[in-house]
Amino acid sequence: MKIGVLVSEGPYTHEAVDSAYNFVTAAIAAGHEVPRVFFYHDGVNVATRLSVPPQDERNIQENWTRLAKEHGVDLVVCIAAAQRRGMLDKNEAERQGKDADNIAEGFRISGLGQLIEMGIQTDRLVTFGD
Amino acid sequence: MSDVKKFLYVNRKAPYGTIYALESLEVVLIGAAFEQDVSLAFLDDGVFQLTKSQDTNGIGVKNFSPTFRALGDYDVTKLYVERESLEERGLTEDDLQEIMYEDEDDDWAEKPSIRVISRAEMADVMADQDVILSF
Repeated sequence: MKIGVLVSEGPYTHEAVDSAYNFVTAAIAAGHEVPRVFFYHDGVNVATRLSVPPQDERNIQENWTRLAKEHGVDLVVCIAAAQRRGMLDKNEAERQGKDADNIAEGFRISGLGQLIEMGIQTDRLVTFGD
Repeated sequence: MSDVKKFLYVNRKAPYGTIYALESLEVVLIGAAFEQDVSLAFLDDGVFQLTKSQDTNGIGVKNFSPTFRALGDYDVTKLYVERESLEERGLTEDDLQEIMYEDEDDDWAEKPSIRVISRAEMADVMADQDVILSF
């Protein structure tokens, strides 16, 4: 089955993003296809490469980056939600005249259309939020 | 599977206090370009999103409630509001803003987009969907 995933809460404060990660890992292990995960609302904060959690804790961003690398999952960060929250890739930082960018490897910034497209193209859309 | 899917956007949160309502509406507006069969549901505190005479001057955030009246122009014409959620909050349909659309299949007659339905009917609306996005 083709499964699309929407993450709508941020990292560490809420468990939703961990549940999403565990779900995607399990779904792929069970032979399902997860072509895309879409990060919205505070979920966009998962994509910062500047988070430094204590070493004995999970690193949520690194887990997702590894998942994207190993299984080709398309990790899409909503551009409108990202810009509100200070999440910029290199191109956007230059375009907006900001002196830094912070999007981690494996994530890409794109529009809400990617969420709708995911809903159209997958058999199931599963939301992880509160 | 047909090309057109039934999308339902479920709005459960008050319009201000959190960003969910505003960012839900942003998805609806972008999603309209994909020409899917779109419905919106308003339940729990989400019914406050449609109340009339909203004034956000005191909290310094944008009042986005007028945008709901433009949804008809985006072919978003089915706004289901749960009656029990209204009643539990002391609201009636009269407290909601008037949202109309022009029905192209009926000589562009103006019709109300808001449909107040019972909790049981809301369950039927949800069961009938292909994709549900909950905010």
